Amino acid sequence: MIRYILRRLLLLVPVLVGLSMLVFTIARLLPGDPVRLAAGPNATPADIASVAKEFGLDRPLLAQYWDYATGLLRGDWGVSIFSRRPVLEDLSTYLPATLELVLAAMILAVAIGIPAGLMAAVYRDRWPDFLSRAVSLGAISMPRFFLGLLFQLGFAMWLGWLPLSGRFPLTEDPPSAITGLLTIDALLSGNFHALGIALQHLALPAIAMSLSPLATITRMMRASTIEVLQQDYVTTERALGLSRGKILFKYVLKNAVSATLTVIGLYFGWLLGGTVLVETVFDWPGLGLYATQAVLTQDFMPIIGVTLCIGTLFVLVNLLVDLVYGLLNPRVRLR
Amino acid sequence: MALLEIRDLHLHMRSFDGEAHVLNGIDLTVDRGEIWGIVGETGCGKSLTGLSVSRLVPTPPARYARGAIRLDGEDLLAADEKRLRALRGRRIGMIFQDPTTNLNPVFRVGEQLLDVALHAGRSDPSLLGLAPGASGRALKRAARELSLAMLDRVGIPNPAARLDDYPHQFSGGMKQRVLIAMALIGRPDLLIADEPTTALDVSVQAQILRLIHELVREHQLGVMFITHNLGVVAQLCSHVAVMYAGNVVEAGPVRDVLKSPRHPYTNALLAALPTAGTARGALQGLAGTVPSLLTPPPGCRFFNRCPRGEPGCTAATPPLVGPEGGHRVACPVVLR
Ligand SMILES: Nc1ncnc2c1ncn2[C@@H]1O[C@H](COP(=O)(O)OP(=O)(O)OP(=O)(O)O)[C@@H](O)[C@H]1O
Ligand SMILES: [Mg+2]
Repeated sequence: MIRYILRRLLLLVPVLVGLSMLVFTIARLLPGDPVRLAAGPNATPADIASVAKEFGLDRPLLAQYWDYATGLLRGDWGVSIFSRRPVLEDLSTYLPATLELVLAAMILAVAIGIPAGLMAAVYRDRWPDFLSRAVSLGAISMPRFFLGLLFQLGFAMWLGWLPLSGRFPLTEDPPSAITGLLTIDALLSGNFHALGIALQHLALPAIAMSLSPLATITRMMRASTIEVLQQDYVTTERALGLSRGKILFKYVLKNAVSATLTVIGLYFGWLLGGTVLVETVFDWPGLGLYATQAVLTQDFMPIIGVTLCIGTLFVLVNLLVDLVYGLLNPRVRLR
Repeated sequence: MALLEIRDLHLHMRSFDGEAHVLNGIDLTVDRGEIWGIVGETGCGKSLTGLSVSRLVPTPPARYARGAIRLDGEDLLAADEKRLRALRGRRIGMIFQDPTTNLNPVFRVGEQLLDVALHAGRSDPSLLGLAPGASGRALKRAARELSLAMLDRVGIPNPAARLDDYPHQFSGGMKQRVLIAMALIGRPDLLIADEPTTALDVSVQAQILRLIHELVREHQLGVMFITHNLGVVAQLCSHVAVMYAGNVVEAGPVRDVLKSPRHPYTNALLAALPTAGTARGALQGLAGTVPSLLTPPPGCRFFNRCPRGEPGCTAATPPLVGPEGGHRVACPVVLR
């Protein structure tokens, strides 16, 4: 098990090297000249040359990549041409915000989607099933940013229950930074006032973000539960008198969840890379906004940094999914 | 009072094309110590009859149109789910065909066995050697011990080490032994075995049959043993019921029925059996097909294939005639 994890982690290295090379090359081959952009509209050729020299952009591509790669190992992820802030510093403020949003969305989607799918299968073709199917269909066919706008309109502007946007108001004291995830930091430091505020701000974007994975997880869970309910061992369990609750919530659930797990893992990675719209609508200071900004200005150090970050997380989440899958499914040997 | 009495059981199954009259007046009595072989060609309703006793046929699409199933006189068709649950695993044990698909693949064998033992022990603590009102802890410990003893009894070597194994770590025969242990751990009075050896290879089949035979004798169980294999019936069973298209057409002590079959269908079934002396290509089949159960013809359902059919056969479904507990036949023509 430990060896399996180590081996999978080791596999991260070639993945990240390949990914960084790819992004590095693509970012540099894009049309347009970031140096000229950064130097400003009235820059003289001498100004441009000095900016290029400052960032090492006058050197051959291979040498630039080598500098970058060795820098990565030393914890130097490059500097933004525009803000001149170190990329690693930026990532350490934006990544936790996005992670918090995606985690909250996935927790919602799993916590509601799994029981909803199970119940829809048990009450197949009766009203709980129709309800869950209607909700799934609505959630899947509605664009996330549009849902976000609707939520803002309904819950923030009309009802006034929740804040319109933002992550944490400037007028309040944030919890002491431990993980960077505000809700968790607030919990860890026992600051329940801050926890309440953080949750209020998190609620709408997280819900908007959770709906499409929720719909997919519900549908997957429904399908796999229906399949499991038809298995012979369920008949045997019923024939030997086990209660309905025990059969459903113990024997059927574990089988059905393990079939849904892959989708959960894929969605997690997909959400990580797809936060831009929700972050824009809710003015959530996360990776999506940061990456968009960087792409628009062709600021390639941040672009590469964000890509590597999401790539790493994606690989880690999939490793986690495989581990849980192995736990749920004894026939899978993790070697 | 008989252990199990099925009287005139009619089961209709709704489908897209209409209602199929799947069971058409089943009559069967099983007493303690009797092993009833239930035979008949595929689709004749053997499994549905067995599942009906535990009330595991989903209603809808199924519907019990008429008849009664009584266990020690208690009407099972009138019992509610709670009562049925108390009977399942406790009074009625079941074993099914494929041991590979009948154990839950993601739970340890010991845990599955333990849950059945706990269920049985809760409704009757004396099974676990406990007084009523025993604590949950005591219940669990006793159930675990009983599970071990039961695995040992069905011939699993070194059972304590195997409780924590998963089903895929057992061979097919061993899995069926585990399933037999699960079916019998609640000390049922009635065992329903639906082709329990069909999925096993021949040498393992013999071992499992021997095991079932021993356990049945040991506990004086009444058994419904559903099978296609008349050889197994001859070896294992004390009685046999021959089914055709939802009816029992002939029933009685195994010797009487197999030695001197009377119903034309039983005759055809036995004639189709290859013996050591059968010449190549001389296997006898039965001409014609089973009538549609959606629009069954009136009268005897075997009429269209029957070598001895007479015009009078289509008047009404012939009843089983013969002495109670003796050799009974549902064919007025041969009875004349
Ligand atoms: N769920 C169901 N829905 C519709 N028809 C069914 C259903 N289950 C069984 N049947 C029909 O009922 C009839 C009897 O089925 P049953 O399974 O009892 O046959 P069987 O005698 O056990 O056959 P086999 O020897 O193949 O196991 C068959 O014609 C079958 O098509
Ligand atoms: Mg069958």
